[in-house]
Amino acid sequence: MKEPKQLSVSAIENGTVIDHIPAKTLFKVIQILGLDHIENQITFGTNLESKKLGKKAIIKISDKFFEDEDINRIALVAPEAKLNIIRDYEVVEKKVVEVPDIITGIAKCMNPKCITNHEMVKTRFRVISKKSVALKCMYCEKITSEENLQII
Amino acid sequence: MKNKSLVSIDDLSNDEIIKILNLAEEFEKKPDGHLLSGKVIATLFFEPSTRTRLSFESAVSRLGGKIVGFADSSTSSVSKGETLKDTIITVSNYCDLIVMRHPLEGSARYASEISRVPVINAGDGANQHPTQTLLDLYSIRKTQGTLDNLNIFFVGDLKYGRTVHSLMMAMARWKTTFNFISPEELRMPEEYKLYLENIGLKYYEHTDFTEIISKADIIYMTRVQRERFSDPIEYEKVKNVYVLRNSMLNNTKPNLKILHPLPRVNEIHIDVDDNPKAYYFEQTLNGVYVRQSILCSILGVK
Repeated sequence: MKEPKQLSVSAIENGTVIDHIPAKTLFKVIQILGLDHIENQITFGTNLESKKLGKKAIIKISDKFFEDEDINRIALVAPEAKLNIIRDYEVVEKKVVEVPDIITGIAKCMNPKCITNHEMVKTRFRVISKKSVALKCMYCEKITSEENLQII
Repeated sequence: MKNKSLVSIDDLSNDEIIKILNLAEEFEKKPDGHLLSGKVIATLFFEPSTRTRLSFESAVSRLGGKIVGFADSSTSSVSKGETLKDTIITVSNYCDLIVMRHPLEGSARYASEISRVPVINAGDGANQHPTQTLLDLYSIRKTQGTLDNLNIFFVGDLKYGRTVHSLMMAMARWKTTFNFISPEELRMPEEYKLYLENIGLKYYEHTDFTEIISKADIIYMTRVQRERFSDPIEYEKVKNVYVLRNSMLNNTKPNLKILHPLPRVNEIHIDVDDNPKAYYFEQTLNGVYVRQSILCSILGVK
């Protein structure tokens, strides 16, 4: 009997592994982190079994290390994401994402009469609740709650 | 607050508010002068608001300043499709300060970020109208002698009323007791009530105010508009409950004053006008002094 061919996603030597991304927001995460514009070697898997998330996704990026400030930008779409920092095939550091206090240019204000929905204004929100995310627009001062949250 | 824009009442500390009110008192004693001579103020009204615009223009004129601007966006390059950004950048090259009214919410904050001169928000959609709030505060302090420990009744449309929300948030800084009187459909939004609970201030909600009116120091009337009701029958049922009549004022406190942001339609019967407790017309006069005070504070001439 033939051995099934295993397509292995090989371990990376140096870089970052982002795990526990909800499968449905994988491409948002890629977009927010700008992974669609970098030259690094990237592998990702999606719709993987996860007890916690149902279907999860994972991303491995070679030779890339994120600043906390950058990585926290994905908190809106992947609040439970975990990062493993890899050096020389070893996990040298683990990180969790944290919802930042100010969110710039990621979310859309739900108020149709807000200036940010009429002119090219970069949105900016103060995060007034982190558990169930609630964002207060720093322009129109209206609150966008998690169920109305749209990522630009 | 020299060179600072005024977008939201939350931008001001208690100290700054009191300073503006104190300076407004000086202008009430002597409203005419030359403090703004040589200054050019732009009044950009992307939607018409005759009362607010005239009040600002009167404030500038009495102090010798000059005014440029438009009263209606159909007569400006906005009608050719110019963005707010371009209008603000251009106009800020022509003047020392911009007064702006715009139908979109957040437009004033945005304008203040791109303008090279300070911006005063004269109303951005349903969001903020801080100079109205300041003139309301001035009227309250002037008639009551204090801002502390007052009992304020807000009557009418408390759900959509921009002036009500801003004044409530501002008065919450001075240990106020609030009574909210409105039809069920137009109650004060939860977020504001939650705010009062969090800071430990008392508020009471009612659908009628004839029983409790004797407790009020200030009654702040607003208009209940037909178009706010999903069911027109509901409007017909309540429309007369929120009309203030002179006969209702018989057993009220001697210091009671009735305020209204105006324009009034029928929510204050004209038989109230001659009652000394009616204060809504003096309130508009106070608006000129308060705006003089704000303009001079921001331009740093006083």
